[in-house]
Amino acid sequence: MHPVPHTIIEKKKGLASFSLKEFWQYKDLLYFMVLRDITVIYKQSILGFAWALINPVFSMLIFSVVFGKLAGIPSDGIPYPIFSYAALIPWTYFANTLNASGTSLITNTSVFTKVYFPRLIIPLTPVISKLADFAISFAILIILMFYYGYYPTIKLFILPLLIIIMMVATAGLGCWLSALAIQYRDVKFGITFAVPLLMYAAPVVFPASLILQKFGEKAYLLYGLYPMTGVIEGFRAAVIYNRSIPWNLIGMSALGACILFSIGFIVFRKLESRFADVA
Amino acid sequence: MTETAIKVENISKAYRIGLKEQRHDTLGATIGAWVKSPFKNFKQLKSLSNFNNQQDEDIFWASKDINFEVKKGEVLGIIGKNGAGKSTLLKILSRITEPTTGRIEIYGRVASLLEVGTGFNPELSGRENVYLNGTILGMTKKEIDNKFDEIIAFSGVEKFIDTPVKRYSSGMKVRLAFSVAAHLDPEILIIDEVLAVGDAEFQRKCLGKMKDVAGQGRTVLFVSHNMAAVGSLCTRAIVLQAGRLVYTGSPSDAISFYLKNIETVVTSRKVWDKMDAPGNSKAKLLRVEAMPLSKDEMIMVDKGLKIEFEIECNTENQALDVSYNLNNEESILMFHHGNLVCSKEELVKGKYILSVVIPPYILSSGEYSLDVWMGMQGLEKVMEKQNGIITFFVEDAKIDHISVKTPGVIKPLLKYDSVFINYVG
Repeated sequence: MHPVPHTIIEKKKGLASFSLKEFWQYKDLLYFMVLRDITVIYKQSILGFAWALINPVFSMLIFSVVFGKLAGIPSDGIPYPIFSYAALIPWTYFANTLNASGTSLITNTSVFTKVYFPRLIIPLTPVISKLADFAISFAILIILMFYYGYYPTIKLFILPLLIIIMMVATAGLGCWLSALAIQYRDVKFGITFAVPLLMYAAPVVFPASLILQKFGEKAYLLYGLYPMTGVIEGFRAAVIYNRSIPWNLIGMSALGACILFSIGFIVFRKLESRFADVA
Repeated sequence: MTETAIKVENISKAYRIGLKEQRHDTLGATIGAWVKSPFKNFKQLKSLSNFNNQQDEDIFWASKDINFEVKKGEVLGIIGKNGAGKSTLLKILSRITEPTTGRIEIYGRVASLLEVGTGFNPELSGRENVYLNGTILGMTKKEIDNKFDEIIAFSGVEKFIDTPVKRYSSGMKVRLAFSVAAHLDPEILIIDEVLAVGDAEFQRKCLGKMKDVAGQGRTVLFVSHNMAAVGSLCTRAIVLQAGRLVYTGSPSDAISFYLKNIETVVTSRKVWDKMDAPGNSKAKLLRVEAMPLSKDEMIMVDKGLKIEFEIECNTENQALDVSYNLNNEESILMFHHGNLVCSKEELVKGKYILSVVIPPYILSSGEYSLDVWMGMQGLEKVMEKQNGIITFFVEDAKIDHISVKTPGVIKPLLKYDSVFINYVG
């Protein structure tokens, strides 16, 4: 016999303590929500999971022509297609997940206004489910690596760390935005408008070394606080054998991701109790 | 002494309701308001979650100072009109929304069913939805694995379990969803009107399942409009009115309190102003009313009732007919009746009152609703069919002794003719 759980319901004052135990009890729900996302996303489409490739591949082709050939943006001597594609994989994950996570409370209103469960599951679901697309788009990167003769090295083992930084940063921002979007729908429109612009702030079409050249060492490190900077530059270093790992950037990005996550988590917890009322 | 399962103390819940927008008469004022609107919108959206100034006129108290206690094993019925605060109370108890003031203590694992099929995804198969819906309701994968066969058997959709739910009929969807819910295993179960789904046959099955649950010593909170269900399932009932708890007592006492004091003639009578009365230029419906045959009585199985229609006719020498369908609470069409107001030649401009008597011992006890429409010569629509214009309640003949509805949609007055043949043995 389990001990009888004792629950007290009253108006929360300030930041109530987060029950990791309760979250753990609902781990199966998180699992099935993720499974639902992955199963449903390409249902009744002809190309199916090929859609996960189309977005980054076409962006790569266009960027290679526009930025690589026409504008002549430097790529640290690396062929522009692989230079941009290595950046586009984490970026596409970041952009798609942010879109899905930021609007997740709005799309799941009918669920959380009817049943209680830890609400954090809702914005965290896309953070995990979008890894499926992410993994698929990796296949093209491997093809590109062999095509350009960049053979895999031991540096690939840094990828799990980069993926964790990427997920933590996205989760934090996703929680933050979703909690605001449920009360202020402006956030929803803001996301669709700001995410493409944020791409130009990340070193997707240009190398981070350009910042170092133009603005100096301090600005370069500060730039690393934008979590996607370290992730993207780390990705490039991992797949290109003669490129050294930018540990200082990755360290700054890990810090940035932790800051984002803390803010997102706190904001979400603070606003959580009124989601059902303002939805 | 029995243990407490739920203790509710001074629970209140405030919501903001939208106030009427100001109107602007001049172009300047309109532009000014448009420029200022982001600030106004921000203030309004922000106020949705701010109740510091409780005197604001747009604050609405959905629950106010509610106190009660539920003992372990009790089946508590919660009754009240629409908008009385039943759903708000359940939402607070199931931790979907938090109370503005007050405190609730709950001892035991809670499962709440405010809706069946929460989170059902049309693209997923029945099997996948059982797992998704089950975990949303708080079950673990292991628990669902163990009960999966039972769930499917109870739902009766075995054959289609791997078909996407979007190909299901709405009845199948509801059966599968209820089946998942019925296999929850909590100590405290909170249920809102879930019985108001599915066909009569399935509703009976659900009621049976609820009786089982209640019989196992589980604590159940049960909101319903179905007085018969409350009467037969609950051990105690509370009545809510305008957010306040106004009565606590045995189910039959609570039901009669509710019917006498709250469920007044208001819903069994509908009157329109001439301006917005349904109909067209040829005729308008001004009033529909169901009433007992004599003034100081209620509508009862053994007394019968009268339905009155008041119409205004603005045409003459036409065949104007008024028709209605009478439905019971399970939305079963009891009968249809339609007649000309009078013969074509006799119709003149003016007001008419049509009344029809439904004799005793036809309708069984329960809630009934009326769909009304009007036509001209059976073809031209004068008034589109409006469903559920009025609803009324037919009481059991002996409310003090039995409040349990006997099964069956009609209640004929029948008698055995018994003939004694001979002694046995």
